[in-house]
Amino acid sequence: MQDEPKPDEILAAVARFLREVAAPATTGHLSFNLKVAANALEMSRRQLELDPPAAEAEAARLRELLGQDGDLAQLNAELSLRLAAGALDLATPGVAEHLWATTLAKLAVDQPTYWGYRAALAELPQE
Amino acid sequence: MADVKALTAGLEGVVRRRLGAEGVGGLARVSAGATQEIWRFQMIGGGAEVPLILRRAPGGERVSPTAVGLENEAALIEAAAAAGVPVPPVRHVLQPDDGLGRGFIMGFVEGETLGGRIARGEAFAQTRTFLARQCGEILARIHAMDPTPFPQLRRSSPAELVAQYGEIYRATAWPRPVFDLALRWLSDRCPPPPAVPRLVHGDFRNGNLMVGPDGVRAVLDWEIAHVSDPMEDLGWICVGSWRFGVDDKPVGGFGRREDLWAGYEAAGGAPVRREHALWWEVFGSLRWGIMCSGMAGTFRTVDPNVERAVIARRASETEIDLMRLLAA
Repeated sequence: MQDEPKPDEILAAVARFLREVAAPATTGHLSFNLKVAANALEMSRRQLELDPPAAEAEAARLRELLGQDGDLAQLNAELSLRLAAGALDLATPGVAEHLWATTLAKLAVDQPTYWGYRAALAELPQE
Repeated sequence: MADVKALTAGLEGVVRRRLGAEGVGGLARVSAGATQEIWRFQMIGGGAEVPLILRRAPGGERVSPTAVGLENEAALIEAAAAAGVPVPPVRHVLQPDDGLGRGFIMGFVEGETLGGRIARGEAFAQTRTFLARQCGEILARIHAMDPTPFPQLRRSSPAELVAQYGEIYRATAWPRPVFDLALRWLSDRCPPPPAVPRLVHGDFRNGNLMVGPDGVRAVLDWEIAHVSDPMEDLGWICVGSWRFGVDDKPVGGFGRREDLWAGYEAAGGAPVRREHALWWEVFGSLRWGIMCSGMAGTFRTVDPNVERAVIARRASETEIDLMRLLAA
């Protein structure tokens, strides 16, 4: 067992340092790039926290929708193929729900402040 | 930085020989764009200082295969000025014996390009009441430009553009079911080739417009101009990624589609059909998403810049925009 503190705690601390200490102490491009770096670390930390359960739920939905097994990459490749061919579309039961759930899970990691994500959360019927 | 020293020396020679000035000062990099270097400097002469901008191929020579090329971009800007489009004045196109590579020098136009300030800043509250209409009027003038002096510009029908971006997406070998859904949707509803293909700017959006309280002062970044269905530009400016948080103002986060279209039609643009414009808005979201996702490959192979990694992960914002457009 590895010792504490855990990677997510360390990433959060480094991101905070870049944003709150390093970036304000610099100007111009360097300051901008330090904030970009902080964003990248925060995104990585969110992925460590949120992705394992989201990926598991995504794979379960895909197995149900496609009626086949495989890892997440294989299942997504198959869904892509069927959507491209028109064999599945938004009218197929479960497709819209799956794409919404998957996309919202991606945004929760990539950009939880994106206005379109906020608007989608507000618009979607609550489960 | 040796870079700055060498460039300053080169620019000194250029402004003396070509622009009758005495020297340059205050050279500073404005942006580290992937396809162009942009530099600001002061041209000194006759006891006065004139702020100028240098746009140059990265390192002077590396030219992006998808861009129109800097000499063509300068010629496009001059043609746009003649057509009544607000643009920065081109002062000098670099020649081989200038020794600075490929690029051009243009006047500095004072104003704001940061999209968030234009969409939300108090200083632009009054400007936002007429900005969308003005953008429509400017687009009508761009689309009235004669494309024949620019035979090198890429010409594409809507179906060819869908096929082209579909190929770029598939080459990433990373499944994005929402992109497949959108590609299929676009193919099923693809408009016919335009009766009259027009010169389009290709990147006319909040962020590429120099805006003052009086409105658009200059249309920037002509490097991906091409010849296409003119509705492409009207859809692109409505893409969610340039709304800067202002959801109820689809035109760049500052205006309504109806005002954009009214300005366009009043200034001589073709009548706008809502579903046609929507098709191009969906295409624009997908195009930006595919452009973002392509950054992952560039990040891994040629340029491990953190900003590229973060832009690559912005592809998902276009997926939520596409879901809202297609599945809401």
